Amino acid sequence: MKDKAKKTFYLLIIHIFLISVALSCVFPFLWMINASLKSNTEFVSDYGFSLPHHFSLVNYIAAFRDGHLGMFFLNSMLYTFFGVLGIVIISSLAGYAVSRLQFRGRNFIFALFLAAMMIPIPAAFVPLYVLLKGVGLLNTRLGYILAMINVGLSLSIYLYKTFFDQIPRDLEDAARIDGCGKLRIWWYVMFPLARPATGVVVIFNALNVWNEFVLALLIFSKRGLMPLQVGLMDFASSGVGLTQYTVLMAGLTIASLPIIVVYLVMQKHIIKGITSGALVG
Amino acid sequence: MNYPSGREQFKSFSFVLPAFAIFAFFYIMPFFYTFWLALHRGSEISSLGFVGLSNFRDILFHDKEWWASVGRSFYISFWALTFQNFLAFILALAVDKAVRTGKIYRVVFFLLPVLSEIIIGLLVRNLLVPYPGVFNHFLHQIGLSSLAHDWLNNPDFALRTLAFTHCWRGFGWGFIILLAGLQTIPQELYEASRVDGANAFQRFTKITVPLLMPVIFLVIILTILGTVQVIGLPMALTRGGPAGKTTVSVLKILNDLNNSHAGYASAEGLVLGFILICVSFSLLKISKKFKP
Repeated sequence: MKDKAKKTFYLLIIHIFLISVALSCVFPFLWMINASLKSNTEFVSDYGFSLPHHFSLVNYIAAFRDGHLGMFFLNSMLYTFFGVLGIVIISSLAGYAVSRLQFRGRNFIFALFLAAMMIPIPAAFVPLYVLLKGVGLLNTRLGYILAMINVGLSLSIYLYKTFFDQIPRDLEDAARIDGCGKLRIWWYVMFPLARPATGVVVIFNALNVWNEFVLALLIFSKRGLMPLQVGLMDFASSGVGLTQYTVLMAGLTIASLPIIVVYLVMQKHIIKGITSGALVG
Repeated sequence: MNYPSGREQFKSFSFVLPAFAIFAFFYIMPFFYTFWLALHRGSEISSLGFVGLSNFRDILFHDKEWWASVGRSFYISFWALTFQNFLAFILALAVDKAVRTGKIYRVVFFLLPVLSEIIIGLLVRNLLVPYPGVFNHFLHQIGLSSLAHDWLNNPDFALRTLAFTHCWRGFGWGFIILLAGLQTIPQELYEASRVDGANAFQRFTKITVPLLMPVIFLVIILTILGTVQVIGLPMALTRGGPAGKTTVSVLKILNDLNNSHAGYASAEGLVLGFILICVSFSLLKISKKFKP
């Protein structure tokens, strides 16, 4: 009996600890949403925890209008979509080649891709800026998408390669006997089989591209091309962002709520994808 | 190894060609170009003059600002390694024990790493400003007014605030990886040791920690690489201020690049890259000794 009481007591301590940390994670966002629904005058006199007197979406309209958040949002969606699409196609092709095809320099190239994971980004972004400027890719969507594809390649190739290594060769052989070339084997046999790997690659890179900030800062100086993260920074240091707290909070809500919703809906896959991505990386 | 014909080999190579081309332009060329740039100085890219190793000499021996910025990066890394990872480990152990509600905690704790550094930075900035920041307001309300500070503009506190925010944002990473590691440890081991009369502490030090060692080192390396390269959070939270007190090394490189010191910034990037590679290689070396 005494043992059981002791155990309950321990569990209670554990749960109090867990709940308090969990509250610290959730609370700022609740406060943010709450503040975004107050009028600026109400917020300035009462910025605590009380609920807004009048429920109003005025701040959201202002955030979209003054912060151009709609435009930044579309930009980010564009970069994420094409970046991830590029990464999936290019890295599954390369992963298939280094796993199955034979050509001179194969192992060297694979080692090269792996070695790139060790190169810290700060060492490369100065010359990257100069090179992109030289070929006219600075301030272009294509330049940024290619740069993001590059960031995702190493880990994704590695993920695909290890996955392809585990697939039995029989299926391929059957396809080959039926007269399939390498490209068709990749498209009809290997790529569909690699769906679990593709899932991890998509989740890992989508999050990475969506949240990326430094390269975007480096590549874009034109406002109309900036992704959401840079746009938010821009908005936060603009006149409206610096004085109208509630509008800024509405902007932050607009930027974070879709991610939170997607995360909550797909949390099982996202956590699994991230964990396996990180564990091999 | 017997290679197929040249034509077949070329066909096979074409599968890696897109990846290789992007890679060559975005990694390999910049990599070598960095070394060239680092030996030059000039306000415009078109008018760079060769200066030999003097950029490195200045960085290594004369640039106090540079070493201060590296020191700040490692200061944050220190807290990330100790406080953040300790918290992550404790939480992972706790959630591993509280199986039934574990899922909810997993979802909540990983919420912060899913959101961008910019969102977190801007939000926390608005929680911490003296007015109208709700954090100090909260401290006043629970009677801890003496703890309220100007978290972002007081030079004594800004870096600590940045480090703490970074830990708060990042512990979910370590937590989720460590938890995944904990759940790969077979339960039979614990049961067998219980039969043998081992107590909870012995089970922890003799089973949990040794089996988790590879995962722990992975978390350590990811923490260092992630923290030293952090830039979004300081930009959103403190913008390097007050008076440069939170200008971490990557931010300094970016500032130098923006102030038309491309050569000097390249050399700084190389120095930082070299430090990082040394740190991660020595960690890998140490981790090999702990292999079970």
